[in-house]
Amino acid sequence: MAALTSGGAPRLAPRLTDYWVTVLKRTWRGSVITSFLMPFLYLTAMGVGLGSFVDDRAGAQALGGVTYLAFIAPGLLATTAMQTGVFESTYPVMGGFKWHRSYFAMAASPLTPADIVAAQLAFTAFRTAITCGVFLGVIAGFGALSSWWGGLLAIVVAVLLGLAYAAPITGLASRMKNESGFSLIFRLGLLPMFLFSGAFFPITQLPIVAQWLAYLTPIWHGVELSRMLTLGQLDWWPALGHLAYLAAWVVAGWLYAVKGFERRLAQ
Amino acid sequence: MTQAPAPARPGTLGLRVLPVLGGNSWRMVERNFLVYRHGWVVFLTGMLEPILYLLSIGIGVGNLVGDFRLGDGRAVSYVEFVAPAMLAASAMNGALFDSTYNIFFRMKYAKLYDAILATPLGPGDVARGEITWALLRGAVYSAVFIVVMVAMGLVQSWWMLLALPATLLIGFAFAGAGMALTTWMRSWQDFEFVQLAIMPMFLFSATFYPLSTYPDAVQEIVRWTPLYQGVVLCRGMALGSMGWEAVTAVAYLAAMGLVGVYVASRRLGTLLLK
Amino acid sequence: MRSHQTARNLPPVGGTGEAMVVAHGLRKSYGEFEAVKGVDVEVRKGEAFGFLGPNGAGKSSTMRMIAAVSPVTAGSLQILGMDPATAGSAIRARLGVCPQEDTLDNELSVFENLVVYGRYFGMSRAAATSQADELLAFVQLTEKAKSKVEDLSGGMKRRLTIARSLINTPDLLLLDEPTTGLDPQARHQLWDRLFRLKQQGVTLVLTTHYMDEAEQLCDRLVVMDKGVIVAQGSPAQLIAAHSTREVTELRFGVGDNDLVADKVSDLADRVEVLPDRVLLYTDDGEAAAVAVHERGLRPLSSLVRRATLEDVFLRLTGRTLVD
Repeated sequence: MAALTSGGAPRLAPRLTDYWVTVLKRTWRGSVITSFLMPFLYLTAMGVGLGSFVDDRAGAQALGGVTYLAFIAPGLLATTAMQTGVFESTYPVMGGFKWHRSYFAMAASPLTPADIVAAQLAFTAFRTAITCGVFLGVIAGFGALSSWWGGLLAIVVAVLLGLAYAAPITGLASRMKNESGFSLIFRLGLLPMFLFSGAFFPITQLPIVAQWLAYLTPIWHGVELSRMLTLGQLDWWPALGHLAYLAAWVVAGWLYAVKGFERRLAQ
Repeated sequence: MTQAPAPARPGTLGLRVLPVLGGNSWRMVERNFLVYRHGWVVFLTGMLEPILYLLSIGIGVGNLVGDFRLGDGRAVSYVEFVAPAMLAASAMNGALFDSTYNIFFRMKYAKLYDAILATPLGPGDVARGEITWALLRGAVYSAVFIVVMVAMGLVQSWWMLLALPATLLIGFAFAGAGMALTTWMRSWQDFEFVQLAIMPMFLFSATFYPLSTYPDAVQEIVRWTPLYQGVVLCRGMALGSMGWEAVTAVAYLAAMGLVGVYVASRRLGTLLLK
Repeated sequence: MRSHQTARNLPPVGGTGEAMVVAHGLRKSYGEFEAVKGVDVEVRKGEAFGFLGPNGAGKSSTMRMIAAVSPVTAGSLQILGMDPATAGSAIRARLGVCPQEDTLDNELSVFENLVVYGRYFGMSRAAATSQADELLAFVQLTEKAKSKVEDLSGGMKRRLTIARSLINTPDLLLLDEPTTGLDPQARHQLWDRLFRLKQQGVTLVLTTHYMDEAEQLCDRLVVMDKGVIVAQGSPAQLIAAHSTREVTELRFGVGDNDLVADKVSDLADRVEVLPDRVLLYTDDGEAAAVAVHERGLRPLSSLVRRATLEDVFLRLTGRTLVD
């Protein structure tokens, strides 16, 4: 972890545990309902409902014998991890600097910017793990999970993917003056990645340029990894490649975020 | 909390609740227009959203699904089937966003309406003005989407000329209802429930596959949702399968919007004029 | 209470112009809670009238009723000769309102805030624009015309709110705690602008819990406490009726003030003991201070000053204003 900081290791980050537990206590209710109902509704509508049209038609062949439900379940899991990572690091981070200014209160104590970033991202990781854990439970309920170890590993991958988005966007948010840029991130970044990252259909159906763009996004690697794990069709070398790519985003994003916090908190 | 509505004289109710373009409500529209001039990038990118959905379905999911057979025996491609539903759903989403999050923020945080009610404008002007704005903005988005549909060859009927007014009606219904509901919201957490109502409606209102997919009992429930009514209207126009269902839909949506605006004006009055 | 009797002896209204606000037995309840419990006031054209009292005295509730945005619970209220229950919109068309918290439009620039507000009053765009230019100059914000509202300082926002309340050239200007939360320099700047308005003949009604503000700006004021009026008159009249001319403030250190009070009670007309000081009310403060020293008492500090409305309030309610 030492490599992740420019101002010393985030040794004091555990001191922020109480703060984040309080935040969690205040906000968990709504998110529990959502994190259970959303996957349930999506899997019912798309997996079962639309799936009934895919499976006895052209789709069966294109998906290589996998049911549409089993195909999109890991895709939706990965996009959920991405969304959690993005949401937790946009408005909440802006709020910490601009509205409730809690980062400035933290920075007035012995905590360093590296500590604050570490705690913020640890909270996001925790949130992602809970949300995606519930999601996997629902997937298992639909009978679309091949093994329990695959499910557990899929949660780890979801956390990594969530951080691959949360870290750089936390860095971006720490550099933004106002929140109007977020709607651009959502519409021009998040939405296309949600729709064209292989979650709903194989990206081989896209034009070649769009395919290459998809390969660059962390979400495509996350979707591929999740799908291997929930289907129980692990391919070692590609899997390691996906992991390394996601890890690179986390590390680079983390450094970028610490730099951003250092600058903003010094103002 | 709400007092019983005063009995309206015949003829005046409509004037009070329709986003009638007279009176002072235009002042609110003008204000929102000025605000949007600063945020035109956000405005433009908002148009992209439904178009991206359409492309994703057209290029990707549509290929997996193949053609659908309509009630009259005609076969249509999956994109043709989904596009009008997307049009209806995006009219709903835009109207709801403008009339819930936006209104709540302006009421509770920006204190915009407190400032406005200190002028000759009243709560009815505010409600009508905000909804008129939501409809105008929605009209631009819908028009762009309709043009894209035509360009992609997804329109089979001249009825489509009526699609713009139809999306306005959908917007009116949801904006009225959304604004009325917002007056009961206590905190941002409550919006989670709005989300929980919209999501299933978006997914199950015969948007992605025909109503006949469901068991009979479920079909009956789906038939009563407002988005289903909107989907019926738009799909009928795009594919040229207009029937009596469309008349019901128009009546349903108009009633929903009128009641919504009426309740919203009254509730805004009791909330802000304490 | 003596205060009520003396209040009755004072002239009930100042000025002789037409009545801008007339309230009789005005009441306001929020559910069980009664914020205003029967208030009688009359404000004449051209005067500067103040509601003075601590937080929670019912000033803001009274102001909201006068602004025709809060329905009257009981009693009668006429604003500009009209009834707010039936002519709210027509009344508001002629009012300027500066609320306690700034309600500026954060999504618009400084200049647009004024123009758009003018449009709410039905002004033409041209009229609103030229009026906005003048008002920005008046509140010394011309250079900030294109700025965002959130980039303004507290004092600038307050001045912009004042400018906004003047956009429709109101006959009656309502100011709720106009300088609360501002630094001393910003307060004086604002007072200066309000004083100019008063000179131009604008009728001002303001609430404040600052004595100096009331003394600076108000021709006439009422002191409110717990929803009722406890005294009224001009600042000078109120001081003459409820206080001595001078006050000697003595500080003896924590805990000692109480003990000393008995030893000096015969040196003044009246003695008040506060947690941090002892106040001697007398017409000759210097003499009282000398007498205290002659008794061998050594206060940590002593100060002779003129009596203010703060002393009036202390006398009438037994409490200090800002606590």
